[in-house]
Amino acid sequence: MTLADDSPRTLAGTTGLADATAQDVADVRPPRAPRRGPSLSRNRWGYGYVAPFFVVFGAFSLFPFLFTAWISLHDARLSDIDGGTFVGLDNYAALLGNDFFWNALRNTITIGILATVPQLCLALGLAHLLHYKLRGRTFFRTLMLMPYATSIAAATLVFATLFGRDYGIINTALEAVGLDRVDWEAGTWSSQIAIAVIVTWRWTGYNALIYLAAMQSIPGELYEAAEMDGASRWRQFLHVTIPSLRPTILFTVVVSTIGAIQLFGEPLLFAGNGSTTGGSRNQYQTLGLLMYQQGWSNFNVGQAATTAWAMFLIILLVIGLAAVAGRIRSRRRGDLR
Amino acid sequence: MTAVLDRPSDSSPEVGRRSPLRRRKPRSRAGKAGPITYTLVVLTALVSVFPLYWATVAGSHTNAEIAAKPPPFLPNATLFENVARASEQAPMGLAILNSVLVSSAITVGTVLFCTLAGFAFAKLRFKGNGVLLSLVVGTMMVPTQLSVIPLFMMIADLQWVDQLQAVILPTLVSAFGVFFMRQYLSTALPDELLEAGRVDGASTHRIFFSIVLPVARPAMAVLGMLTFLTAWNEFFWPIIALTAANPTVQVAIANLGSGYVPQRAVIMAGTLLGTLPVLAVFAVLGKQIVGGIMSGAVKG
Repeated sequence: MTLADDSPRTLAGTTGLADATAQDVADVRPPRAPRRGPSLSRNRWGYGYVAPFFVVFGAFSLFPFLFTAWISLHDARLSDIDGGTFVGLDNYAALLGNDFFWNALRNTITIGILATVPQLCLALGLAHLLHYKLRGRTFFRTLMLMPYATSIAAATLVFATLFGRDYGIINTALEAVGLDRVDWEAGTWSSQIAIAVIVTWRWTGYNALIYLAAMQSIPGELYEAAEMDGASRWRQFLHVTIPSLRPTILFTVVVSTIGAIQLFGEPLLFAGNGSTTGGSRNQYQTLGLLMYQQGWSNFNVGQAATTAWAMFLIILLVIGLAAVAGRIRSRRRGDLR
Repeated sequence: MTAVLDRPSDSSPEVGRRSPLRRRKPRSRAGKAGPITYTLVVLTALVSVFPLYWATVAGSHTNAEIAAKPPPFLPNATLFENVARASEQAPMGLAILNSVLVSSAITVGTVLFCTLAGFAFAKLRFKGNGVLLSLVVGTMMVPTQLSVIPLFMMIADLQWVDQLQAVILPTLVSAFGVFFMRQYLSTALPDELLEAGRVDGASTHRIFFSIVLPVARPAMAVLGMLTFLTAWNEFFWPIIALTAANPTVQVAIANLGSGYVPQRAVIMAGTLLGTLPVLAVFAVLGKQIVGGIMSGAVKG
């Protein structure tokens, strides 16, 4: 028990605790108790205890999720609770011929890459820094988690001010160093970079803490061995830290990518007026925003549901690719051993 | 496990207090931070805080003042006037009250339901236990955005649009929470303790309330904080289900910018007002939230 208690492994890792306790206990049975409560093995209350989760999830997530597929086969308005007119795969054909869809898909991918790659690289570097013995460790970690505690709406409105064309501090700073002012919202790349900056700001600290937690569970012997082989700090980071973090990195890549595919609040509020077009030329309209526009501005929920399912298929594709990547990794490692 | 307790000291709640949530300090192999590390860490901390600080500055100056060279770097009392004007443009008081109600209800429900399910998955043996648990984990893959269309049609049919239950009920459980509580309880809750309760003739409910809940308290606190934070910041579904007439904080501040002549200083002041409660919570419980994220994040 002391062993499990002292180990730096976290929640999911410390399965030894209960077993260790069992071994501590002498196996002497007392005289039979007069009245026993229900056995914990074969306990029908198990179903009762997990029921609230499944009832709420089924009613408010699973059923609507499946119903979205049904609606995508219909020409339906928001008021058509019964489903509208059945049109088969027409909505999907229309989606593939819809320039707005391809534009939104392209924007989602570029903003996603601009937001996810720097975010995770920065988080990795930051975790490495935080892993050193620092004075005021908790203070720094808390400050770095502040952006995560700031809501999407608040963060986007504040950053829209920072990126403002006429009064934004970022343009003031650019001018001070002799560069031109940028109309961040109007340009395609500039607006997408600005939105990626918001996402990166909100999530870097959070991901850094996840990496840090994983770094702390890397056995010290690995570093000692590397040090004996004369590996520098940097080489230790490359050849010990990164390989040990591989599962965690894969996990954060999948989670961030799924988040990026669903990006919605930032592009909705970036212009400040809650417009669903994603800029005057749709230059930063994402799939999530397009779905919202189709459903709640154009009231065409059949098309919105089709876009939703397209998003889901893309997410499935990402998860599938990650699973394949993970398998290839472990197989290759298996070969080496 | 059928081992029976002999030494009563082992069954004391102290067992549960040795929480797996508590982490050991970083191991000694991590070197001391040099000046470069400190510089980079301080810089990152500044970048993390600057936008929120700038909101107080921009919230207390007119456009002309903010465009001056050099720009002002301190907030002033105008901020309070602008907060008052934000409260005129959007019902900020009502929004904060609504957000407190919604987030509290979601937190209580999520923590209770997730602890119930987590306990069942960790300690009760019933047919299909494993299959159901993998179902729970699988549900984390269903993105909430893809359910909103029928969900909106449902609440429209129930005449729940603009009513708080529309944003509370769908968010009342969390797959992550179930998994989190299950992982915690399967290590922190000794089977002997449950067996002892059973020998004493306690019902399953009695065992849950008298034995499981006290042991689960640290994990429930962490899950509660994270749930409250997420619920307070939830944006996508509330902006669909609620209107500016009966908003949560996020809906209210999103609508601050949609006037004909959006006033940047007022938007910043209102945004700050809506963010302040969660920042206050964060200032007090930041350490616990950091610990919670780090303990829940690592997969075995």
